[in-house]
Order: sequence, then structure tokens, then C-alpha cells
Amino acid sequence: MAVSWIAGLRACAVVAGAALLLSGCGGAKVGEDTGAQASGDGGGKSACGTFNLAVNPWVGYEANAAVIAHVAEKELGCNVVKKDLKEEVAWQGFATGEVDAIVENWGHEDLKKKYIDEQKVAVAVGPTGNKGVIGWFVPPWMAEKYPDITDWKNLNKYADLFKTSESGGKGQLLDGDPSFVTNDEALVKNLKLDFKVVYAGSEAALITAFRQAEKQKTPLIGYFYDPQWFMSEVKLVKVDLPEWTEGCDADAAKVACDYPVYDLDKIVSKKFADSGSPAYELVKNFNWTNDDQNVVSKYISEDGMTAEQAAEKWVADNPDKIKAWLPAAAG
Amino acid sequence: MAAVPTTATAATGAAAPGRAGWLRGRYLTVIVLAAWVALWALLRGRDTLALGGAELTPLHTRLSEGMDAIDAGRNSNPLFLYFINYIRLFIDESVTFVQALISRPSFGRPVPVIGWLGVTGIATAVALLYGNRRTALLTAAGFASFGLLGLWEESMDTLALTLTAVVLALAVGIPLGVWAGLSDRVNRFLTPVLDFMQTMPTFVYLAPLTLFFLIGPASGTVATMIYATPPVIRITAHGIREIPVSTLEASTSLGSTRAQALRKVRLPLAKRTIIVGANQTIMAALSMVTIAALIDAPGLGKTVLKALQTLDVGTAFNAGLAIVIMAIVLDRVTSAAGRRVEAERRSGRARGTRARRIEAGLVLAATAVLVYLSHVYVWAAEFPGGAGLGSYVKQGAGAASQWAQDTLVTYTDALKNLITYGLLNPFQSLLAGSPWWLVALVVVALALLLAGARAAIVAGVSLVLLVLLGLWHDSMVTLATTLVATLIVMVLGVVAGVWMGRSARVDQVLRPVLDAGQTMPAFVYLVPILGLFGATRFTAIIAAVAFAAPVSIKLVAEAVRGVSPTAVEAATAGGSSTWQLIAKVQLPMARAGITLAASQGLIYVLSMVVIGGLVGAGALGYDVVAGFSQYQLRGKGLAAGLAIVVLGIMLDRIMRAAAQRAAARPAPH
Repeated sequence: MAVSWIAGLRACAVVAGAALLLSGCGGAKVGEDTGAQASGDGGGKSACGTFNLAVNPWVGYEANAAVIAHVAEKELGCNVVKKDLKEEVAWQGFATGEVDAIVENWGHEDLKKKYIDEQKVAVAVGPTGNKGVIGWFVPPWMAEKYPDITDWKNLNKYADLFKTSESGGKGQLLDGDPSFVTNDEALVKNLKLDFKVVYAGSEAALITAFRQAEKQKTPLIGYFYDPQWFMSEVKLVKVDLPEWTEGCDADAAKVACDYPVYDLDKIVSKKFADSGSPAYELVKNFNWTNDDQNVVSKYISEDGMTAEQAAEKWVADNPDKIKAWLPAAAG
Repeated sequence: MAAVPTTATAATGAAAPGRAGWLRGRYLTVIVLAAWVALWALLRGRDTLALGGAELTPLHTRLSEGMDAIDAGRNSNPLFLYFINYIRLFIDESVTFVQALISRPSFGRPVPVIGWLGVTGIATAVALLYGNRRTALLTAAGFASFGLLGLWEESMDTLALTLTAVVLALAVGIPLGVWAGLSDRVNRFLTPVLDFMQTMPTFVYLAPLTLFFLIGPASGTVATMIYATPPVIRITAHGIREIPVSTLEASTSLGSTRAQALRKVRLPLAKRTIIVGANQTIMAALSMVTIAALIDAPGLGKTVLKALQTLDVGTAFNAGLAIVIMAIVLDRVTSAAGRRVEAERRSGRARGTRARRIEAGLVLAATAVLVYLSHVYVWAAEFPGGAGLGSYVKQGAGAASQWAQDTLVTYTDALKNLITYGLLNPFQSLLAGSPWWLVALVVVALALLLAGARAAIVAGVSLVLLVLLGLWHDSMVTLATTLVATLIVMVLGVVAGVWMGRSARVDQVLRPVLDAGQTMPAFVYLVPILGLFGATRFTAIIAAVAFAAPVSIKLVAEAVRGVSPTAVEAATAGGSSTWQLIAKVQLPMARAGITLAASQGLIYVLSMVVIGGLVGAGALGYDVVAGFSQYQLRGKGLAAGLAIVVLGIMLDRIMRAAAQRAAARPAPH
């Protein structure tokens, strides 16, 4: 024991010496200058409180969320907590009280039924203004070289082009971000197409496939959607399926028509809607065009900005649009 | 063609000519395989039980409803109210507390309690006191690199969650492991549970976990624990069991009670093995970083996922690199600690010589200074200089990925087509194109011939389960991909493993590469391999091989190194050439290790099935991913997860029994 005591004493001396030495040339202390800043913008916080915003994993959604979060923080003084979640988990968050809002919802009738109609923990608060288009697309070089390929009736003529190691002798129809509902197996069958659906399995796989197809000029046809940031890099061309009419997709097994145009909408938790939070008014009023979203998405995906920087830039450029979203009292 | 049983015998069988019974077994195997091919030609396409991507069986619907029922009872169920809620609170608070210490602004300060200098100091001190100087240096450099890469806060978030999960996993796992080591009954009960925990894909329980533990650190921690606790339980139990009976008898004859024997003999002797278990648990926990980020777990995983949305390979690689560095640092420190424990035990010297105490005192004092400085001064709290290194890494990795995708694609496409048309497609068509009852008969017969009656029963039950789960066809497609990937893993494992086992230099160069392959999240390299090989089953095979081959290579190298030097010397003195030495002495004598490498390789390949689903493998992997993403498919996702578990347990049991049989045959000579 004695030994360690002596060692300890010696160490203490070293510590004291070193501490003195270092603090002499120390530099700025924690809290000296940053403290003022922290208390500076805290003024309006009591009105709004915490706003739990789900962020689903695609860039377009992130654009919506970033702009809403930016306005909520700067204009309404909310404490915005962004939560990175897949759609289904985000909807569950309405039930567990951990998510206040989803700000770009693609359909999801089953989830609406469960959480809005049955459990009554969520409410739909109207469209975001964005139109979602789902369908089959080909890279632009193909549409140029084979102009009639954009009509589904000609697809069988070109089926051979689309053969791959995965498609078992038929043409390959590349499907598959697993998050999106697809009727493609039924469509192929009911339209009597000589194609096989191959599941890419992720958005990254789909985008990489289309990017390579355009760059290497290899044939590809696949499931894709718009608005999507990749469309501004490579403008994929939509193949026209038999036109969608009300009810033509009622029976999933008998579908033989195109996907409907989705009015993307916003969902909030019941609790949040009843709270009287100004952030709720903001979410309810939020509305912009596909072009607006594409600008912010481009800032994020191509110009390498963070979502926060992108939102700040767009908000600074569009003060009038912001004004229309703000609740009357705060405006 | 059934690759699993044959890989087990291929390593050992060729060199072990012997008993008539074994030869007869071999002829019968060939006959069974020939009969299969003949019948397949006649019956293909019949009774294949294929199920479309969006189609469900009644079982899948019932599973969905079952999950709904649990969900509905959440607010009234006492299990939730009094048990799970408190666990959640405890875990949430623990993680938040560690975050407040090292990663997040806390207690009204704009920075965490301990800044980068303090954290680096503490980590280095731990490495120095429990490991050695070299690992301390590595630790300091590793932690500094988190700052240089521009990822200090993210790295600390990851460290906070991983540490909490590991501490809790060890707190649960070591006692359970000791218990399983002492009691055969407990061990028999735990083994299948642990198998289940390790092979059930995380995607299956990720969404339900957030119902139990809500969105936040607790869910991420629990998901990590489920995957990371089994290794420490298994290895601790193994360590306790391994203690020589004579040592225990000596202690009981001296009048020790059971408890005393445990405390004084078993635990100290098993200490090194338990540290190995802790090491494996840490590695497993780090491999969950990206997946846990899918449910909002903070840290580097989020950076990787965000980057993937815009296919930003550079940013993803930068964050992946930080994960690899963290894994290598933690691995080297725990390994060094294990070696030190062993050395101290051997030399009979307990800790606490005078020099060591002085060293410890100094180290602690210096650490205290660093912690103090990082608490008080901005330069020591926030990493200065920004992400200088990080932007180079991002640009470099992004450019490299782009270059590879643009220039190599013709060659990689040819390679993909060669393997797919030459091996994968025929094999898959045999497995998935035969009637289900034919495949079941063949597999049971092969299991009987190669692994014995017990394994055949397990195989039979497993195959029936696959049919009942409604996913027979998908299971066979996944099985074909898995077996081809395992075959490639074993070819690489033997070639690189022998090379590495025979040369310390090669080992030194290869080891960090293998560590990187094992710990770099697959999400980081998905985009380049997708660009090179397209959304195909082959891409899934590449991802699985990248993850599984390092384990097999290391195990083979270990086994080759373990071959007794006298045997090698004798062969060299007898005039054997290098090739003869490898083929006639080193490989045959290392066959136990090679079999282990094959079975581990297989398990690792299976654990990548879901990642495969993200890159075009379809089948079970895609079912699981879709079940995680689409509400109406979650019952099917759960069934697909169960099917993966069933496949894993079946293959593992057949392989182990076959290996035991092979080992029971007389050794070659």
C-alpha cells in the first residue's frame, strides 16, 4: 500500500504541474462565448415545445421534413426532434406517442385503415401538393433508339433485349424498392407479357441499375417513381400501361391497368392535432409543388448540402411561400 | 451436388481412404445424386410450391393477426406496464447518460462533459493498463482518426450505444454462460435458443421491437443485445467446461464446496476464454450499427444510411471506415487483455508489482489531467481543425467507386454470367425446380449417409417446416445461393488460409484487410458492387463472401499453424516438396479446423441472406425486407425469417454430425 501512496503523491505533483502549465496557455473556456448564443434564440420556445418529426428514408421526404423543421425552429421557436424511421415504424410511432407528423405519405391505405379508422390515433391533414407517379420506366437512350417502346403493346417485341442471368429466358422487369406496393407480377400476367419480375430489393439497387443502364447503354426496364432526385440526373421515360380508371385496381390479382397518380399527403398524430401547437398549423398549411421539392432535393443529392443547409437556402429564396404556411397568430 | 455435406467430406475425405463402410456410403451418395438428377429431368416444374411476391398463405395472414393482437394489448398488458416499460426506461437512461458524458451537449453545456482529448486519454489509458503499449498507441491513433475523419460526435454516439449494449450483454451473458457451463440441462435448453437469436434476421424483429421498447436508444440497444449476447454465453460455457477434470478433482479433494470450486478454480481458469467471448460480443455488437440505425439508433450507422439515399459512396465509406477502425481498436485491446491475463496466470504472478503500480498511478493521473482539460477548454472539448482527412477519404472512395463501375463492368459482367450460368442456375433449377418431396427425400437420404440418423431426422423435420411455412420455393432458391456462396468462401478460405498459416508476413498484411471485410457495413459497398454486378443473385453472393470469407480464412490459417511442427519437419526431412507438404500433411492434419471454417462460413453466409435481398437475391431475403417495409407483408416476413432459422439449424446440424463422423475415421497415414 505504501508504495502506491508514494506513487500517487508523485503522480499528483505531476498532475498539478501539467495542469498549471496547460491552463496557462489554455485558450477559450467551454461556455464562455457559446452560452450567450444558446439562450439567445430560446425566447419563443414555450409556445411550441417539442415537435417530433418522422423522417422517412428518401431524399424527397427529407426535403419536405427539412423545410418544415427549419420553419418550425426559426419562425415558431419549436424544438424539432427528427427521427429517422421507415414508414411502418413511423406509423407505429403515432400509436406509441413518439411521432407527431409524417410529411410525405404515399398511399398506404392499410396503415390509414389501422391507425386512422380503427385505432383513431392519427389524422390525415391534406395533400403536400406533390403528385406521386409510379410506373414502368426505361432509360432515355432506349426511348430514343426504340421510340415505340413506351407503349406497353410493343413490350413483347423487345422482350429479348431485356434478358438477364436472373430472368430465366424471359425479359427482365426490374422491380423493387420493397417499401412500395407493386402489382407488377399480376400486370405481367394479365397483360400477357413475356417478362419475369426480378426484385432488386432496394432503392439503391434500382437507381444504380438505371444509372449503369444509361451510362453503358444497356437495356433495362423497371419500376420507378417521381418525384425522385435521380430523375434530375437521368430523365427516365415512362412506359404507358393501359390507363388507370377508378376501381380498375380493386382486385390485386386481376389488375391490368397503370398505377394511379398519388396525391401525396401529410399525417399527424391525433394528440398533436389536438395540442394546439403552432407546429400543427404549419404542417397542416404546408403545401408546395413538385418543382419546389425537386430544387431542395437537388441541393441535397447533387450539390452535397446537408438537409439543413438546403432548407435554409430554399426558405431564404421563397419567403412568400413560407408566410402562407404560418399560423395566423405567429405570422 | 449437395455442397454442404460434400464440402465437409471433400476436405477430409480425399485423404482418408479407409474402411469399407465409408466407401459404400460414398457409392450410395453418388447413386442418390444420380437418381435425383434423373428424376428432376422427368418431373421438373411439378410440385415446386412457388409463391408470388405479393401472395400470402393463410399462415402468413394469421401471423400478421397475431402481431396485431400483441400490439393491441400493449396498453393493458401487465407485462408491458410493469416489466418492459421499466427495462426500457433503464436502458434509455443508461445510453443517454453515456451520451451526455461523451457525445451530446449536456447539463446546460454546449458540449459533452468529456471532450475528445479526455475520451482519447481514457481509452488510451485503458489500453495501456489492460493491454500493452502497442495497443495503447493504436487506440490513441484510432480515436484521433474519428476526429480527423470529421465524425467525432457520430463515433461517440456509436461507442455509447455499443458500450451500453455490450455491458448489458456481458452482465446477462456471463452468468448464463457459467450456468450453462455447469449444467448440461441448461446448456441443452440454451443451445437452440442461442441458435435462434443468431440466425433470425434482425429485420424481422426490428419493427416489433419498437412496439415494445419504443423508438429510441432502447430499441437499438436491445436489437444489438439479441445478436451480440449469444457469443459470450457460448464461449463462457465452453471455457467453464474445458477445465481439466484433474484440476477440479484436486480442488474438491481439498474440501472445496461447489461454490468455492467455481470461484477459486473454474472462473480464474476460464478468465481468458471469457475475455475471448467478450471480444466476440463486441464485434457482433459493432456489426449491428447500421441496422440499428433503421430505427433511429444514433451514430455512424445513420451517416451510412443517409449517404446511401443519394448513392454517396464516399460519405458512406468514410463512416464505414470509422466503424472498422473502432472495431479493430476494440478487438486488439480485448485480445491483448486476454493474452495478458494468460501470461500473468502462467507466470504465477498476480498483478501489483511496484513498477506496475507506479505506472498505473502515472497513467491515471495523466488521464485525469486530459479529462479535466477537455471538460474546461474548448480546444480539448471539440475536435479542432474539422474534417480535413474526411474530405480526402470521401473524394478518394467516391472516385474509386466510380472508376471501378465505369471501367471494370465488362469483366465483372462476364464473371457474373460465368458463375451464374455455369453453377448457380443449374444448381438452383435442380433444387427449386424439383418436386418438393423429391428434394426432401434426397436431403434426408444424404443426411443419413453422411451424418447419421439423428441428423437425418433433424433434416426431415426442418424440410417439413419449410413446407408448412409456405415458403418452400423461396427457401430452395435461397439455399442454392447460400451453398454456392459457401463453396466460394471455402475455396478462398483454404487458399488464402494456407498461405496465411504458413507465413507470418502474409498474416500481418492480410489480417487488417480481413478485419475490414468483416466489420465494414455491407451498406457501404452495396452501390459499387451493384454497379459492377447488377441487381442479381451473384451480387448477393459477393456481399456474403466479403463478409464470410475472412472468418473462414482466419480459422483455416489458425488450423494450419496448429499442425505440429514435428510432423512438418519430418515431412520436410523426408524430401516432400511444398505442395506435397501442404496436400499430404498440413491440410489433412488441419481438417478439424477446416471443417469448423466451413460451418462458420456457412452461418456467416446465411446471416447475409437479408442483405442479399437488398441487392437482387430475391427469395427469403427479399421476403424479410419487404415484410419490414410493408404492413400487409409482415406475416410473410416473419415466416421468411423463421425459414432462414430453420435452414441454418438444419445445415449446421448436418454439417456438425458429418464432421464428427469424419473425425471418427482413422487419421490418414
